[in-house]
Amino acid sequence: MIGRMGKFRALFLLGSLALILSGCGKENLTALVPKGYGSEASMNLIILTTVVMSFVFLAVIIPLVIVLLRFREKKGQEDFIPKQVEGNQTLETVWTVIPIILVIIMAVPTVIATFDLADTSEASEHININVTGNQYWWHFDYEDDGVQTSQDLYIPAGERVYLNMIAADVTHSFWVPTISGKLDVNPENVNTLYIEAYEEGVYWGKCAEFCGPSHSLMDFKVIVVSPEEYEQWLADMGNVNPDEVPGDAVAAEGKELFEEKSCMGCHAIGDSPGQVGPNLTNFGNRTTIAGILDPTKENLVDWIMDPESIKPGNLMTGKYPDLSDDEADKIAEYLLQLKETDVTPESAGN
Amino acid sequence: MSLAATQKKGFGAFLWDYLTTVDHKKIAHLYLAGGGFFFLLGGIEAVIIRIQLIKPENDFISAGLYNEMITMHGTTMIFLAAMPILLGLMNAAMPLQIGARDVAFPFLNSLGFWLFMFGGILLNLSWFLDGAPDAGWTSYAALAMDSPGHGVDFYVAGLQIAGAGTLMGGINFLVTVVTMRAPGMTYMRMPLFTWATFITSVLILFAFPALTINLFLLMFDRMFGTAFFDVSLGGNTIIWQHLFWIFGHPEVYILILPLFGLFSDVFSTFSRKRLFGYTAMVFATMLIAFLGFMVWAHHMFTVGLGPVANSIFAVATMAIAVPTGIKIFNWLATMWGGSVKINAAMLWALGFIPSFTIGGMTGVMLGSAVADFQYHDTYFVVAHFHYVIVGGTVFGIFCGLHYWWPLLFGKILNETMGKLTFWTFFIGFHLTFFIQHFLGLMGMPRRYWVFLENQGLDLGNLISTIGAFFMSFAVIVFLINIVHTAVKGEKAPADPWDGRTLEWATESSPPPYYNFKQLPLTRGLDPLWIEKTEGKGHMTPAEPLGDVHMPNGSFLPFLMSLGFFVAGLGFIYQTDEKLWYIALYGGMAFALLMMIIRSVKDDHGYYIKKEEFEREAE
Repeated sequence: MIGRMGKFRALFLLGSLALILSGCGKENLTALVPKGYGSEASMNLIILTTVVMSFVFLAVIIPLVIVLLRFREKKGQEDFIPKQVEGNQTLETVWTVIPIILVIIMAVPTVIATFDLADTSEASEHININVTGNQYWWHFDYEDDGVQTSQDLYIPAGERVYLNMIAADVTHSFWVPTISGKLDVNPENVNTLYIEAYEEGVYWGKCAEFCGPSHSLMDFKVIVVSPEEYEQWLADMGNVNPDEVPGDAVAAEGKELFEEKSCMGCHAIGDSPGQVGPNLTNFGNRTTIAGILDPTKENLVDWIMDPESIKPGNLMTGKYPDLSDDEADKIAEYLLQLKETDVTPESAGN
Repeated sequence: MSLAATQKKGFGAFLWDYLTTVDHKKIAHLYLAGGGFFFLLGGIEAVIIRIQLIKPENDFISAGLYNEMITMHGTTMIFLAAMPILLGLMNAAMPLQIGARDVAFPFLNSLGFWLFMFGGILLNLSWFLDGAPDAGWTSYAALAMDSPGHGVDFYVAGLQIAGAGTLMGGINFLVTVVTMRAPGMTYMRMPLFTWATFITSVLILFAFPALTINLFLLMFDRMFGTAFFDVSLGGNTIIWQHLFWIFGHPEVYILILPLFGLFSDVFSTFSRKRLFGYTAMVFATMLIAFLGFMVWAHHMFTVGLGPVANSIFAVATMAIAVPTGIKIFNWLATMWGGSVKINAAMLWALGFIPSFTIGGMTGVMLGSAVADFQYHDTYFVVAHFHYVIVGGTVFGIFCGLHYWWPLLFGKILNETMGKLTFWTFFIGFHLTFFIQHFLGLMGMPRRYWVFLENQGLDLGNLISTIGAFFMSFAVIVFLINIVHTAVKGEKAPADPWDGRTLEWATESSPPPYYNFKQLPLTRGLDPLWIEKTEGKGHMTPAEPLGDVHMPNGSFLPFLMSLGFFVAGLGFIYQTDEKLWYIALYGGMAFALLMMIIRSVKDDHGYYIKKEEFEREAE
């Protein structure tokens, strides 16, 4: 018996060790350290239900252990016939009524929180952003302010932001674990999710509904800045001139190639017409390339030359003529110089 | 056929026997072999998935292949492994438990198996033809419509054919329990496994049609140009989700309730005690089955159904914990005060209690809609349903195999290897899946081909993969055990476990093909135990020795299923090439012809004469 318990203990220790080593996960990605209204509401219920359920677990495990210690078949008594008990009404009533009470304890706060998080009646008094999920990137449209961008979503700290979400192709799901639980992004209807981030910071966002080969690479960021910085960012982003020729000669050539090689047909800068691919306004300040790579020029050239090897099944592959390394290099230079504002991910404090 | 004819046979005769058999015990063998094969296939797919996730940004397999792996792992394990193995166990034990000589419709029983087998083969042919389906086992419509190639078409056709077989199995078991119980075997004297089979069959009867309809809608959309799910033409993909889960949630109970029944029998047998609270156990099973139809939308909390729907489904979901809790405490009370014998079968049953309890706990936690906004579609959910399906269904299947191996094959599985299998599997299972609860909450969504570096997910995934190797080892030991037992195992007595129920009251292990010469008279719950403790030690016959009516074997079920299989290929490929309509109509016509032959040809079965029994007894 001791040997068996030892195995349980080893298992438990290994599990706890793993937890301690990895902590509660990566900051600003994990749901276990909530920093937003939605994630906090979820966390409260996670804690409540875990506590109640741990009690139930003990109520099962303790009798089980006692059975294993006390009621094993004894040597020499293999013929022993125990008393044949049919049941016990009192006991059975107890283990019916107590679970009902426990369920009520969990159900009431669940229902309250469910109605609270679904209440979008005050949406018109707050910031509204239209979100479109695409195979494998996110489009953000600040309709009221005439600003469009992709992949990096800027919002002010401490304010409610209403996201009106729809999918352009298949079903996606918008999830920023540290700020809010997820809501599906369906192709047939607009779903509204409100989020409120308590602290400035750069938060990981993920697609949580299986959407194809690059589902796991559909990351995005939510960049939470102060309300003043947010206003500044909106103003700067609303002032972009897509026709502005960069001062740098290489970048200027890159801009010509960007137009010539039909990049512009899909990718808008500012309010230029291309709407098929991600809007590249302010690309030089993005936290990532294609949602997953570090924003270096080398990575950008790799991406332009062979997007399929980085994001399988993406819709950019094969949509433009072959480029030489030199041409890709110039386009990358142009894109990385697209910096429209001083409000950057660094402004978010970390 | 006479008794003597069933003796020594060549391999050809052996094969022909299994291709044409309508004997529920042999069909059980077929289900276990077929389901076991697909279980190994699904297991290999699982190991490939875990190897891909052993480290961040791994490139062991490509994104496309990974999606095929997860889709086929889920689909195979649910439809082609767990379900058929359960149908196999039901076939093996249920007719005996009610004292019957076979199921109500032996021909239908065989047809159900062959439809399942041909459906499973059709689905897996996709690996060699156009690539496997890659839209997940849930095959959500928007992605399924978007999926290129024929992968999803194979999913549709394969599951449609296999699903028809399962539906037949369910109807057959329902009728069997209603009409074939031996004298004295009233409903409230049936063993819990029989009760669970009965209630599960009701679930199959009401749940599978939703899947059938859904698969038809998807088939029409993908192959014949309709637009049920095509949003640009006014379709709606949420319909798929509703229909899928109206089937899918009861399906979870189809997978677990039979094992609840089995565990009730096993705890009772190996504690040498009557099941505690029998009546409560029966009604708890019914209540779980009923509530199982009321909770499907908890799979859809994040779809945006609104707070009213979410609240109703949240509370209904939590309510299922109550009857489930009743069952767990009744099992504990059954063992309490008993003389608990721990062998391999009992180990699986004991291991089930903490494992399944954790799965149930996380189930309630998932039922809390707002908490689910974080859990949904993450590894937390992956952990939860593996705790339920592995910790419940797979543990139960292993338990059932060890318990009923004598009934199935006349030998007892090696105990030492059985215990080794249990401990390595048990440890591997918890290593693999416990940490996944945390991975999910740490921000790892499910169905991720890779997880990125520097996101705090490395260690958890590594531990999880190591656990998967332990489970693989356990399964290999089990396979060795099967071979070892077949070659070296000793012949088991008719009642090796000091059993309580009628499947142990036949004259030998495995039982003769007619099961009972004379149907037994049941005098109460645990009829064999009653006779052993208060009676003559064996069942009293409820009828005089007489002629026994037996069904004839038939090759028609195999041929009918073959026809549907060919038609399935025709459906899939007619979109490329009109010539395939020949296969489509040809296959259908062939199946129809076989049905007509079945209908017009008189087949009254045969009788084992009373004199033959008497001659044999001399």
